[in-house]
Amino acid sequence: MMIFDVAIIGAGPAGMQAACDLRRRDLSVVVLDEQPAPGGQIWRGVERNCQPGSHLAQGLGAEYRQGADVARSFRASGADYRPLSRVWQIEESSKEAMAQGWQVFVTRESQAEVIEARRILLANGAQERPVPFPGWTRPGVLTVGAAQILLKSGGLLPEGPVWICGAGPLPLLYAHQLRKLGGQIAGFLDTAPRDTLRRGLPHLNGALRDWKSLAKGLGWQAGMRLSGLRRETGVTQLRAEGGDRLERIRWQTPEGEKSATAGVLLIHEGLVPSVHPTLSLQCEHAWSDAQQSLRPVLDPWGETTRSGLFVAGDAAGIDGAKAALAKGALAAIGIARSLGVLSDARARHARVAGDRALSKARAARPLLDSLYPAPEGKIGDDTIVCRCEELTAGQIRAAARRGAADPDRVKAETRAGMGPCQGRQCGYTIARLIAEAHDMPRADVGFHNIRPPLKPVTLGELASLGKTKA
Amino acid sequence: MFRPLPDSPEGPTVTVFVEGQPVVARDGETAASVLLRHLGTARITPVSESPRAPFCMMGCCFDCLAEIDGKGSTQSCLVPVREGMTIARQMGARKVVA
Ligand SMILES: Cc1cc2nc3c(=O)[nH]c(=O)nc-3n(C[C@H](O)[C@@H](O)[C@H](O)COP(=O)(O)OP(=O)(O)OC[C@H]3O[C@@H](n4cnc5c(N)ncnc54)[C@H](O)[C@@H]3O)c2cc1C
Ligand code: FES
Repeated sequence: MMIFDVAIIGAGPAGMQAACDLRRRDLSVVVLDEQPAPGGQIWRGVERNCQPGSHLAQGLGAEYRQGADVARSFRASGADYRPLSRVWQIEESSKEAMAQGWQVFVTRESQAEVIEARRILLANGAQERPVPFPGWTRPGVLTVGAAQILLKSGGLLPEGPVWICGAGPLPLLYAHQLRKLGGQIAGFLDTAPRDTLRRGLPHLNGALRDWKSLAKGLGWQAGMRLSGLRRETGVTQLRAEGGDRLERIRWQTPEGEKSATAGVLLIHEGLVPSVHPTLSLQCEHAWSDAQQSLRPVLDPWGETTRSGLFVAGDAAGIDGAKAALAKGALAAIGIARSLGVLSDARARHARVAGDRALSKARAARPLLDSLYPAPEGKIGDDTIVCRCEELTAGQIRAAARRGAADPDRVKAETRAGMGPCQGRQCGYTIARLIAEAHDMPRADVGFHNIRPPLKPVTLGELASLGKTKA
Repeated sequence: MFRPLPDSPEGPTVTVFVEGQPVVARDGETAASVLLRHLGTARITPVSESPRAPFCMMGCCFDCLAEIDGKGSTQSCLVPVREGMTIARQMGARKVVA
């Protein structure tokens, strides 16, 4: 069986950049991604959408269209790219320095397969931060990212009275894209606390190094104001009401309670790195207070505390697409160094430009983190927290109070986090409720253990694995 | 809930069958996207039997579990449409190992 030098999980900006750079050093590279085409989140569907004269590509903006060039270089790089391939387990097969290796378990169209590689790069990106509120499981409520995916992959616009509620760059960008494409929005409910200036000012100077991004963000906001769109600020206590479908939303501002009819409610409260793979591999993680999330601890080369396992892009901390490209380039240097094709001295020299690009791409991040903090509002007892097992905050609070501040104990007692999403939707909320019950810092609670498989596998798929192995 | 862009690129389309009904879908669209715009929901939960619809569209909420080409518990947001594909909502329990 072929043993690749490097297996990359994720064909977004970070994975594509790393693949191109590693191929340039003549290393054999396999790239696995569950999407049907390269691009990751920011550039989803970029090859198909960027046909000449495409109205959709125009509406999605210049930064989106840039992805077409990266995808083209990636296609031409000679990396063995495998779309529609979802990675559900990663194991270290040998720890010997000379023969260090990993096994990656993948399913492609119901067929499971094991892929072997000497190094692993996780470029698996981020997900939207789940923030439960009453009614968030009701059909009609989706994340802003989901609506943007529907736009990029299906060319779909939301309709009915459409409300956007949340904070961060993505809702502003999406609202801007919708406006350009002729979509209608009933209103924008901004959940960022109102004292923007006080929170943002200390970080403004640093952020000016990336003035282009700042100008773009301000442009989106100005466009929204000019369009006369209804905008509410200081929004808290959102509720999505109705029967089997969303019918009304209700929210609170410092001026009082308000409500409106709604057909679609799009929510977004920032991003968190996708850490399930590194958690399941028991890599060390650190808590980021600024981003209220975990991230794998990495050395300057992007290597985790498990040798041979690297992470790049938003999976290593939320820094955006430009930084993901830079992190992909740096990880490629680190991997080449660790495989011995690049001496330490040459690797150090090679990374100077990458470090500079990364630091510039990150310049506005402290400002963004301070403008759009994770919401801290109390979660009502009757709000569903675990979407899979349909458990409420009240049930989890009660379990949290009954014993030690241990997410695994609460998980075992309530089943919260045991469903197929493995806590991707509820993990942070459970940790937050435990911290609250025991009056301790979030950073000290941790996250429940993630056991393989990382994503559900059917018995049929497991059986197909036996066949291909034999 | 969602509608195609008015002048969406003419690109290729396929016909899929949503609970028996033929629906034209844009090539590149996912089964979840078709369920969402055609029926508005994807599954009924096993515990409280409440309807759910695709929520994240990127594989991390599992509220899009549906029956695709007869195979239950499939995350429909990760499955691009194919000519003749059959798509149905999932009612109740799921059958996955994890
Ligand atoms: C829904 C969503 C929409 C976004 N839209 C924008 C946007 O429009 N503009 C913007 O500037 N930023 C956007 N972002 C932010 C995004 O994180 C970008 O900064 C950028 O895409 C990050 O690049 P990346 O290479 O780190 O990861 P990503 O681009 O997220 O790529 C990760 C890739 O890994 C794949 N993957 C993950 N796990 C597995 C697995 N187990 N098996 C196989 N494949 C796997 C995914 O399919 C994905 O293609 C968005 C984020 C999200 C979550
Ligand atoms: S919609 Fe969330 S997993 Fe498919």
